[in-house]
Amino acid sequence: MASRQPAGAADPVGQRELLSAGDVARTIARIAHQIIEKTALDTGGSDVVLLGIPTRGTPLARRLAAKISEFSGVTVPTGTLDITLYRDDLRKRPNRPLEPTDLPVEGIDNALVVLVDDVLFSGRTVRAALDALRDQGRPRAVQLAVLVDRGHRELPIRADYVGKNIPTSRSEDVAVQLSETDGEHDRVVLRRDAGQEAE
Amino acid sequence: MRHLLSTEGLDAATATSVLDTADTLKQTLLGREVKKLPTLRGRTVVTLFYENSTRTRVSFEVAGKWMSADVINVSASSSSVNKGESLRDTALTLAAAGADCVIMRHPASGAAHRLAGWLDEVGTQVVNAGDGMHEHPTQALLDAATLRERLGELAGRRIAIVGDLLHSRVARSNVHLLRTLGAEVVLVAPPTLVPAGADQWGAEVRHDLDPELPKLDAVMMLRVQAERMHGGFFPSAREYSIAYGLNQARLDKLPEHAVVLHPGPMLRGMEIAPAVADSPRAAITQQVSNGVHVRMAVLYHLLAGEELSA
Repeated sequence: MASRQPAGAADPVGQRELLSAGDVARTIARIAHQIIEKTALDTGGSDVVLLGIPTRGTPLARRLAAKISEFSGVTVPTGTLDITLYRDDLRKRPNRPLEPTDLPVEGIDNALVVLVDDVLFSGRTVRAALDALRDQGRPRAVQLAVLVDRGHRELPIRADYVGKNIPTSRSEDVAVQLSETDGEHDRVVLRRDAGQEAE
Repeated sequence: MRHLLSTEGLDAATATSVLDTADTLKQTLLGREVKKLPTLRGRTVVTLFYENSTRTRVSFEVAGKWMSADVINVSASSSSVNKGESLRDTALTLAAAGADCVIMRHPASGAAHRLAGWLDEVGTQVVNAGDGMHEHPTQALLDAATLRERLGELAGRRIAIVGDLLHSRVARSNVHLLRTLGAEVVLVAPPTLVPAGADQWGAEVRHDLDPELPKLDAVMMLRVQAERMHGGFFPSAREYSIAYGLNQARLDKLPEHAVVLHPGPMLRGMEIAPAVADSPRAAITQQVSNGVHVRMAVLYHLLAGEELSA
């Protein structure tokens, strides 16, 4: 298990590790337990669908589903919901490539959709996701699971499942690195003077 | 991307990125009852057509509307062009009225470049929807999108473009794009319909269709543009059809996987036999539906990115 640097210690490139690979794994397991408990899916409580928001929400949703299946024996459908076409800051940033949207074949009508993302920041990504979801169907309810909540909300949005609350300054950047998308082992780092990041 | 005027000079990375975007948009909208995305809300797109067109204009209009842009159609016959207004003044009027993007079809080659020169200053973007005998870049992109769907990657594929090359902007745009994407292109036409300098395009030029057929991965038939022909380019429609028309016998000579494309409108029985046009090997309606997604992708690349300083 990777060791964690003492709080405040920055590595040579100016980033501080907030969660190690072991922390990430434990956090995902805890959120999986919380989802099982809150949605009562192991007692036939509801049809739960996990939808990851690209890029890192997608592998997180898959990992959550694997843990949920391990803990409860219930297979939860997962999918990907790209929100690029619904962003309200398209004119403020360089063009971004689109990611595929891939919903479970059962659809999302009347399901309990849990949106999964790596970092919750301004809340604008989640609003875009809610807009995108409305065009895809009518879920019975929508919940939000994030690995890190770094604060600085610009919209009245809060997560139902939070891996870790990390108070940050706006000039910092929280980077979640996952083995599926970033090639290395999992970790969450805080970078200083990253400028304004949207989430 | 500032404007989309031609596929000549369009680099492989940009072209591939537009095609990938089109593909993702197609998947995103697949099976959806409401095909509406809020992406270009508040943006105004004007189609300015100096020539008649059904599929291109409708396709751009649908593309803009599916992305929530306000789309206004202007045709030369119903505008002040009829009163003698110049292209420049018409364009500046549209820009002053708030057009973010002008999509223009014009009978004169190079008209889109002139338009882009005037509108650059005011920050309005231009898409060339066909200028004379020069280029039709979105048609080439939708052809490439269709070929990618049918054949996979285009690198190393051998594709023939057959027919009226002289008057065809589609052929010119396709040669540039297909070569950029790594395909081998062979142009097949009677000598009278091969433009001067075609041998400089980087494609082989042939006058006999039959020996080419077994080697092809795709064949793109072109429309014989009678409206641009002022003189005798071939003896008769029947003779043209015998020499260059894609009939069942020729279709049978193509490899099993080969695809047949036609940009439309088709002259059935002359360029292409009805049975060939309707066969599963033909991707003609697929081209039309891909046209909408490709044009959405082009509008996305032009209008959704960072605000450009005028």
